[in-house]
Amino acid sequence: MEINIDRVAELARLNLKAEEKKKLEKDLGAILDYVKKLDKLDTSKVEPTSHVLNMENVFRPDEAKSSDAASKALEHAPQTEGSFFKVPKIVQR
Amino acid sequence: MNTPLHKLTVKEAIGFCQKGGAQELVHALTERAQKLNPLVNAFLRFSASDINLPLTAERLPLAGVPVSIKDNICIDGREVTCASKILAKHVPPYNATVIEKLKSAGATLFGQCNMDEFAFGSSCETSAFGPCKNPWDLTRVPGGSSGGSAASVAADMTLAALGSDTGGSIRQPAALCGVVGVKPTYGRVSRYGLIAFGSSFDQIGPITKTVEDAAILLNVLSGHDPKDSTSASQSVPDFTQALKRDVKGLKIGLPKEYFIEGIDPQIEKSVREAAEIYKKLGAEIKTISLSHTEHSVAVYYIVAVAEASSNLGRFDGVEYGLRVPTKDLREMYFETRDQGFGQEAKRRILLGTFVLSAGYYEAYYLKGQKVRTLIRQDFEKAFKEVDVILSPTSPTAAFKIGEKSADPIAMYLSDIFTIPANLAGIPAMSVPCGFTSGGLPIGLQLMARPFDESTMLRAAYAFEQETGIYKKKPKLD
Repeated sequence: MEINIDRVAELARLNLKAEEKKKLEKDLGAILDYVKKLDKLDTSKVEPTSHVLNMENVFRPDEAKSSDAASKALEHAPQTEGSFFKVPKIVQR
Repeated sequence: MNTPLHKLTVKEAIGFCQKGGAQELVHALTERAQKLNPLVNAFLRFSASDINLPLTAERLPLAGVPVSIKDNICIDGREVTCASKILAKHVPPYNATVIEKLKSAGATLFGQCNMDEFAFGSSCETSAFGPCKNPWDLTRVPGGSSGGSAASVAADMTLAALGSDTGGSIRQPAALCGVVGVKPTYGRVSRYGLIAFGSSFDQIGPITKTVEDAAILLNVLSGHDPKDSTSASQSVPDFTQALKRDVKGLKIGLPKEYFIEGIDPQIEKSVREAAEIYKKLGAEIKTISLSHTEHSVAVYYIVAVAEASSNLGRFDGVEYGLRVPTKDLREMYFETRDQGFGQEAKRRILLGTFVLSAGYYEAYYLKGQKVRTLIRQDFEKAFKEVDVILSPTSPTAAFKIGEKSADPIAMYLSDIFTIPANLAGIPAMSVPCGFTSGGLPIGLQLMARPFDESTMLRAAYAFEQETGIYKKKPKLD
C-alpha cells in the first residue's frame, strides 16, 4: 500500500524530518497491508460498533459550580496575557 | 516486626498503617526506590514530599497506604508527562476522579510511573525519559504501556499502582513482571482526568501483588461518575466478598484460537496446566471458539489509532506543555508537534489521520468498526456457554530491550491476546501462573462477562491461593 506521507503529515499538522519520512512511510505501508486482511470478511450485513455500552445522549443538569481550574490552567500555559492564552500572529502582514 | 515493610501487601499494610505506621512505610519505600529506581527506571518522579497524609487517614479504608500512579493520570498541582516531551512541565489544574477516590479512601500518592509515550507501546521503550527495565532481568522490557507501574510493584518499590489499559497495557506488563493486573469492564471506572488515548477502549485499573489487593483497590476506584459520560451506572459490589477458594461447577472456556503458532510452547504448557488445576478444583473446562480473534490486532490498529490521532490533536502548543517559538501560529503547530512527539506517537497519529481521511474512511475505519462488532458477538456467544475464559496474557515472556522496537507489527502482535477484551469492553485480568525455564514470569489471562469482575476475581483468587506462585520475587538486593 502506497500512501502520500506529505499529504497525511499536512493533515496531522506534523513537520517530519527528511530522515524519518522514509521510515514512517514504509512502516505505514506495511501496517496498512497488514490491516487489509480484514477485506476477506464479509461485513455487508454488520452494524459498526462505535461504543460498547450502547448508551446514548447522556445528560446532566447544567449547574454552575465553583472552580479555580481556569486560573490554574493559565498559570502553567506557555504564554498568556490577562485571562487569555497568547499565540503568535495568525495572519502575517 | 518480621516482614520487611516493602514486602507487605496492601491488605497487610492497611493493618500496619491503622496502627500509625504509614510514615514509616512510605519512608521504607522511598529508601528502596532511591536504591533501585536508578536500575529499573520505573518511577519518573518520586520524593519524600509525596507523603501527604491527612491526620485522619488511619481511620479511612486505605489508612495511608502508598499507591503509585501511571504518569497519564492527572494529579492537581503535580507535573504529568505521559512520558512525552510535548507535555514536559505540564501541571494539571484538577484531580482525576480516581485520584479523588484514592485520596478520599486515605491513600498516599507515592511516585509517578514510567510508561510508553502516550501509552503507545508494549515495552515501555517509547518513553521520552528512557526505558523502564524488567525487575526479573534488567536487560529485558517490563511490557507496556504501564511498564513502570508493573515494574515498581514487582520490585517492591511500591505496594500497588494504577495503570491504564487500551489494548492490554495493564495486563501484558503485569504478566511480564509477575504481578496481578486488572482491566475492569469499560465504564466501570471513571476516565475523567486520564489523558485520553483511545476513548472507546481506555480503562484505569490496579496493578498489585495479590488478587485480594486488586479487589480492595477496585472497591475504591469503581463507580459512576457524572464527570465521565461513558461511565456506567451499574451498582458496584464489594469485590473482596467474591474472594472464595471455590470454583466448583464454574464453567471455564479455553478458546482454541488463542493457542496458535507463534506462542512460546512454555507459555502454552503453563496455561494448559492452569486449566488442569481448575479442573482438579472442580471447574468444568470446555474448548470454545472465538473465531474472529486473528483480526483483533488489525481492528485495533485502525480504530484505536483513529481515536488517538483525534485525541492528540489538542497538543498544539497553545494551552499547555511544550511550545516551540515560531513567527506564525500555523508553523507553531507543526514545529511543536514535530519536536514534541516521539516516533511511535507520530506513527500512530499519521496512521489514524490516514484511516479517517476522505476517501479511506469507509475502507478502513468503518470496516474496522464492523469487524469490532463481529469480535463482540464472538464473546457474547461464548459467554452463553462459559462463565470465564482462560488464555495466555502474552504470547511470549519478557523480550530483550531493542528486540522488537524496529518492527512495529511484531510489537503490535504482542498484544494479540489482550486486545479482544478491549474491543468487546469486557473485564479481563492477568495473574501469575508460572515461570519459563529462564526464570521469567508467565501470566494467565481471565476474561468474564461485562460487569462480572466478581466471578473473574474469584477464579483468579482460587488459582492464586492454590498455587502460591505469586510468592516468588525477583532478586534485586
